[in-house]
Amino acid sequence: MEIKILGPGCAKCGEAEKIMQAAVAESGVAATIEKISDFQQIAKLGVFSTPAVVIDGVVKCVGKVPSKAEALAWLGR
Amino acid sequence: MQPDTLDNMPNPVATPQSAPSLAAYLLAAVAGLGLWFALYRQLHSIAEYLAFSLLTLEPGSRLGEAVLFFLYDTPKVMMLLTLIVYGVGVLRSFFTPERTRKILAGKRESVGNVLAAGLGIVTPFCSCSAVPLFIGFVTAGVPLGVTFSFLISAPMVNEIALVLLYGLLGWKVAALYLGTGLLIAMVAGWTIGRLKMERHIEDWVREMHINASDIPEQRLTWPERFAQGRTAVRDIVGRVWIFVVLGIAVGAGIHGYVPEGFMASIMGKGAWWSVPVAVLVGIPMYSNAAGIVPVVEALLGKGAALGTVLAFMMSVIALSLPEMVILRKVLKPALIAVFIGVVGSGIMLVGYLFNFII
Repeated sequence: MEIKILGPGCAKCGEAEKIMQAAVAESGVAATIEKISDFQQIAKLGVFSTPAVVIDGVVKCVGKVPSKAEALAWLGR
Repeated sequence: MQPDTLDNMPNPVATPQSAPSLAAYLLAAVAGLGLWFALYRQLHSIAEYLAFSLLTLEPGSRLGEAVLFFLYDTPKVMMLLTLIVYGVGVLRSFFTPERTRKILAGKRESVGNVLAAGLGIVTPFCSCSAVPLFIGFVTAGVPLGVTFSFLISAPMVNEIALVLLYGLLGWKVAALYLGTGLLIAMVAGWTIGRLKMERHIEDWVREMHINASDIPEQRLTWPERFAQGRTAVRDIVGRVWIFVVLGIAVGAGIHGYVPEGFMASIMGKGAWWSVPVAVLVGIPMYSNAAGIVPVVEALLGKGAALGTVLAFMMSVIALSLPEMVILRKVLKPALIAVFIGVVGSGIMLVGYLFNFII
C-alpha cells in the first residue's frame, strides 16, 4: 500500500501523518508513508484543501485530520 | 485548563448509533447556555473579590487596576471565545472548500466578489492551505478577483477578533469591523480583477489542468456537527489561549501603568500620519487576532483613535509577511505588490474614515 500525506507542513499535516503512522502500525498492513509538500504535486492530485490523505492513488480525505477509526477503515481493518 | 491535556486528547470517534438524539443535544445546549450566562454575569464581582479582598490590593491603585483588568478580562474573553468558536465550528460543518469552489466557479465578477467575501468567513480551511486553495479556485474558473476577495476576507474577518471586539469594546465596534472587513475584501478583490493581472500568476499554475478529485460529499448528522464544534473549541482555544493570556497581560500593563491620554499624541486623531504608520508597522507583525485585541482595547482606553487602532489590527491579521512568502510560489512579484497595495490602501481608508466620523 502506498500512502501519501499531502500538506505544506503545518501542525495539522503533521498530525495527519502521525495518525496514519499509528494506524499502519496498529493494523500491521505493509505500507509506505510519503509526505508531499510540493504545491504543484498536491494540485496535480486534484487536492486543494490540506491536509489530505491519498492511498494507492485514491483521495481518501481532504481538508481535515482523519480520525484513527477512519484511517483503520481505509487500511481495510 | 491545561494545554497538554487539550492537545493530547484523542480524536472523538463519532458513533452515530450510540449518540444521543438531537433533542437531547438541544436540551444540553440550552442548559449549557444558561449556566454560561449565569457565570458570565458574575465575573466582575469575582474579579473584584479576588483583587481587592483576597489579594488586598488598593482599588484605584496602579497595581490594583492592572490586576483587576487581568482577572476580569481573562475569564471573560476565554468564555466568549469558547462559546463563539463552538458556534462557528458547528456553522462551518455546513461548508467545505470544495463546495465553496463549486458555488464561486463561473460567477460574474461583482456578484462573485460579494459571495466570496461572505464565504471567506464561513468556509473552514487551514491557513497553510491558502496556496493549494488559490490553485484550486483559479483552475476551476473562479475569476482572479473573486479568488482574492475570498483570500482577503478569510483571515481579515475573523470570528476570534469579532468576539473579542464585542466582548471588550461593544457591539458597535464589532459591527464596524465586520462591515468594513467585508467591504475591503469585496472592493479590493474587485479592483484586482479590474486590473487584469492574470498573466502575473506563475506560469505553471495557469498551464495546469486538473480534475478535481471526486471525493464523495459526506452528509453529516447533527451529532457529528456538534462534534465538529467541540473539535474546533479544542483546536482553536487550545492553540490561542496562551496568546489571549499574554495579550491581556500586556493590555493590563498598559491599562495600569501608561498614563491616561498618553496615546493621544502618537495614535490620536490629530496625528494624520499615524494611520499609514500603523498599517506599515502591522505588516511584518504576525500575531493572531486573539493576542492583538486586548492590546487594542488598552490602547483605545489611553486615547488612541479608533480608526488608527482598527487599521493597525487589520493590517496585523490580514497582511502578513510569512503569507506573502508562501503566495510568492504561485504569484509573480507584481501581483503580490498590487495585493499588498490594494488591501493596505483599503485598510488605510477605513482608518481615516473612522477617525473622521467618530
